[in-house]
Order: sequence, then C-alpha cells, then structure tokens
Amino acid sequence: MQLIRAAVVALALLPLPAAAAVLADDRADFLYHYYDGGGVTIDGPSVLVRKKFAEKYAVNASWYMDMVSSASIDVITTASPYDEERTQYGVGFEYLRNKVTYAASFSNSSENDYEADTATLSISQDMFGDLTTVSLFFSRGWDDVTRRGDPTFADEVDRRIYGVDISQVATRNMILGLAYEAITEEGFLNNPYRQVRYLDPDDPRGFAFEPERYPRTRTGNAVSLRARYFLPYRAAIQGEYRFYTDTWEILGHTADVSYTHPLGDEWTFDVHYRFYTQDAAEFYADLFPRANFQNFLARDKELSTMTSHTLGFGVAYGFRSPGLSFLNRASLNLRYDRIRFEYDDFRDISQTGFAPGTEPLYSFDADVIRLFYSGWF
Amino acid sequence: MKTKYALPAAALVATLAAFAWSAAATDATAPAPTFTLASRAGGQVSLADLKGQVVMINFWASWCGPCRKEFPALDQIYAKYKPMGFTLVAINVESEKSDAEKFLAATPASFPILFDPDNKVSGSYGVSAMPTTVLVDRQGRVRWLHRAYKPGDEAKYIEQIRAALREPA
Amino acid sequence: MKATRVAGVLLLAAVACGCSRIEPWVKPYERENIADPIMAWDSDPVASSYMLHVYESREGSRGAAGSSGGGCGCN
Repeated sequence: MQLIRAAVVALALLPLPAAAAVLADDRADFLYHYYDGGGVTIDGPSVLVRKKFAEKYAVNASWYMDMVSSASIDVITTASPYDEERTQYGVGFEYLRNKVTYAASFSNSSENDYEADTATLSISQDMFGDLTTVSLFFSRGWDDVTRRGDPTFADEVDRRIYGVDISQVATRNMILGLAYEAITEEGFLNNPYRQVRYLDPDDPRGFAFEPERYPRTRTGNAVSLRARYFLPYRAAIQGEYRFYTDTWEILGHTADVSYTHPLGDEWTFDVHYRFYTQDAAEFYADLFPRANFQNFLARDKELSTMTSHTLGFGVAYGFRSPGLSFLNRASLNLRYDRIRFEYDDFRDISQTGFAPGTEPLYSFDADVIRLFYSGWF
Repeated sequence: MKTKYALPAAALVATLAAFAWSAAATDATAPAPTFTLASRAGGQVSLADLKGQVVMINFWASWCGPCRKEFPALDQIYAKYKPMGFTLVAINVESEKSDAEKFLAATPASFPILFDPDNKVSGSYGVSAMPTTVLVDRQGRVRWLHRAYKPGDEAKYIEQIRAALREPA
Repeated sequence: MKATRVAGVLLLAAVACGCSRIEPWVKPYERENIADPIMAWDSDPVASSYMLHVYESREGSRGAAGSSGGGCGCN
C-alpha cells in the first residue's frame, strides 16, 4: 500500500539538529515504534547515528523500518487485509564555518509499490549576537509509483519543498520560533488502490465504487509559530500553532501545548495535548450522486473534514551507562500518545443496514508508543 | 514555472553566506577593568593584587560546551607558565554555584575559579561570546581578547602569553 | 502572489544584513536557562520525526514543523 504517500514530506527531511555556532553532540539513538489504530498495526525499529570531527564537520546516518499489518476501514471495505514492509535509509553531512552551518542529506524509502528518493540542502546562520537563528532549506523528491498485481502501471511524483525557519531568543527565559514551508508536488498524487463511491440504485447496497481521480498538481503552504518558556522552578512550557492551506482547498489548523518537568538530575517527564482540525479538499465527498460526477473525485479520509485530539506522555531516565564506557551520557525514554480521529464527512460503510449516506460517521482511536535509548559520546 | 522560488531563495542564501561573524580576536590596550570577586578556594581575589604578573581571564559557564572542552587546555597552560609569572583566573558567570561545582567535581582545575553571579565583571569586560579569554599584561592593560573556543585555539593563547611574559613589569 | 513572495524574501535578506549592529539584549553570559537541555525545541529528533510521519500520513496538513536555534549560543 502507499504508506508513505503524504508522509514522504516529513520523512524525507532527516531531522536537522538544532543549528547554532556549535555542531550538535555525537549521539546514537535506537528506537522501537508502535502504532495501533483503525485496524492498522505498524511497528518497527529506527536507528540514528551522528558523529562530528574537529568541531567542523559532522555526518549522520539513519535507518528506519515499518512492518505493517493493515485491515483499515478502506482496506476492509474495498480490498482485503495485507501485510507489508517499508524500509528507509538516510545519510547527511554538515559543515560549520564561523556561524554558518551547511547541510546536505539524502534519503531513500522503499516498499513493494512505492519508491521515494529525497535530497535536501540547508543553510543555517546565527546572527544578532546569537539571539537569532535563520535556516533555509530546499528539498527535492522523486517518487516512483507502481501497483501490486498490475505490471503495466507506473507513474511518478516530483516534489519540491522550500522552507524558512527563524528562531529568536526573546528573553533570558523564552525562545520563539517562526517557520514557513511551501510544498509543490506534481504527478500521480493519489492512491492506485483507493475507490470513491457513488449512488447506484441498481446495486444491492445502494452505492458502487469507481477509482479515485486527483489533480496532478498540489501546492501547499504552511506557517507555524511557537514559543518555549523556562519556568523559574526549572520546567519548560511550549505552545505552538500551525496554519496550512493548499490548492486542493484543504485548510488545516494545528495547536499544541506541552509541559516538560525534570525531577532531580535523572528523570524528565512531559505531557502534551495536540488539537488538529481541517476542512475537506474541494473534490472530496463521501458519496457522489452518480458515477463520474466531476473531474476529480476523492474519498480519502485524509482529505475529509476531520478533527484529531492527541494526549501524550513521556518519561526519560538519564544515566551514565556502566557497561559502555565510551558513552558520556545516555537516556532511556518511553513516550505514549493516544490520538482520537473524528471525521465529519467520512462514513463507516462497514456498518450495514443503513441507507447510503446515512451510515454513522467514522472515528477511531490510535495508540502510538516510542521506546528508545539515546547515547551521547 | 517552478523556478519562481529559485531566484529569491538564491538571493537569500547568498546574502546569508556573505554575512559572516568572525570569532577572531581583537587587540586593545586599555587598562583592564578592576574587579574583586569571591574565589572558590575561599577569600577574595582582586585584579589589583595580580599586577606585575601576566593574567589570563577566562569567562566560562558549565552550561557552555566549548567552555567545558577548553578546561583541560587551560589547565596545561596554567601548569606550564605559572612559574614564569603568569596566572589564569576563570570567572564563572552562572547565577548559582551548584552546576559549576558539579562540573568541577568531575573535571578538576588547578587554576583559581572566581564567581561573578551578578555578571557585573562580565558586563565591564563587554563579554560578547562564551567563552571569552582576555589577556592582561604585567602593567594591567588589556592586550588581547579572544571570543569562542575551538580545539587548537590554545596555540594562539600560548603565543600571546609568551609575548606578554617577555615584556618588563 | 509571486511578487509578495519575492518581496518578503528580499526583505528578510535586507533585515539580516542591516541589523548587525543591534546590541543583543540577552548577553551570552545570561543564557543559562536558554542553554538548559529542557529548553531544546526537540531533544529526541528520531522520535519526533516519527510522530511527524504518523500525523502527515493521516492528516491533510504538511510542513512547518521546524526546530532550530536557541541553545547556548556559544562560539
């Protein structure tokens, strides 16, 4: 399945370390991730290693896997449950000169019907007495799309992302951040397996399916504002808001508040709440009045009018690793998030006995767990 | 078409790349601002007491990575040049001593550590980077100021110390 | 649309060049709290990039998750 469809935008960007006039410390992270929600279970490992040389150069490498077992609402209503695997590799380089950090990275993600390559260049500079950090990045992606069971189908996606990020130390206790990103995609932007439904009186269920049809371009803009504040008893609170809009007329608002509380030298706790709401894409409908109703047709719940709420907790225990002497500092972390997805115009058609268009609106909860070990050396 | 972003992006990148802040040193020959600060070894240390010696003042904090990395190099410099009329004072700029004490317990230093919790001395020396290293000659004048620390900078410190040691009191 | 974007970017460039002589109001030796590890925007990049992926593959919004700057401001 097209696991990485819209996610390539996020995945492709290897996490860029906080840029300053100092390269980030050497570290190795080993993560186990687990997602379970809406009939889909995905878990797998992820590893990231970074090392710097002479305080001037740094390299990093990452590896990530998804093992998928999917019986999602789309899959059970239009196809059959499947298992799949996705693997992603990434490599990056950084060069620090005076107060400017130059970085380049490349990543490849592959599963049996989707291959994505992404290259990113970025430049980051500290200025105004190191109170301000400005980063620019440009990312280019090339995806190859195929379809399982159909050797004649092959298509591509071309992606360009431009981003600016400005971080500002506002007071001795507060930092602010402003980010803007423009994402342009061209090519086969939908899913070759997904179907839309339309009213069909001849069908016993009252509706029938036809393949979805998307525009071949999509341009989106996102802007976000965030602030992090140091509380006098040694804790941190952060608030963030992001606004997104694109040429498919999706409008998304994201708000996130989090609180981090260390206890002594070794324990750190954090809690956060995230709220997300979006308006549907212009060509989205749960049920079209007839076949071939308009130029573009979508019934992907990701493009519907929806809301999500997340409540998350994290615990970190930092320690000096007794066995591994080359590690200066290490921590063991557990993070758990519970997400509730609610759809305002996507209906649960696995429920029978309803007239088409009156099925209950779909919603589901997901559990997301991350267990990871980080070592600094 | 898609190149509409290329020109403004390139312009911005070129601008930022040309905007370089140098971590170089500056020369100055003004009298070094006086100070009297509490010392970790007990009692107080005043700059006036050290007149006649070459004094290297290092402003540091335990939360500053390059400052921590610099300590072993400073220790070596102190041990080598102390017999020749040189001294090094490391002024800690943190508002509380606890983090500095934790760092020093793990990384002992043989040179005097002074505390400037209200940052008056840092202000009078115009500290504009962490760490900052100032060289004061035998007559109490600021001769050299170095901002930041990268491995290898200690060679520059030694060069300045040796030049200052050759001068008469 | 295009003109506004270009103007915005060039304005940013001009600001970046022109304001180099503003005195920093938070001195380098006053950055104790900002340099504290709990003040990092993103202390676990691997875990947070994974969460970003979880959201971006289930929601229609993408991008602007940025996290740079802050820190000790040394060197």
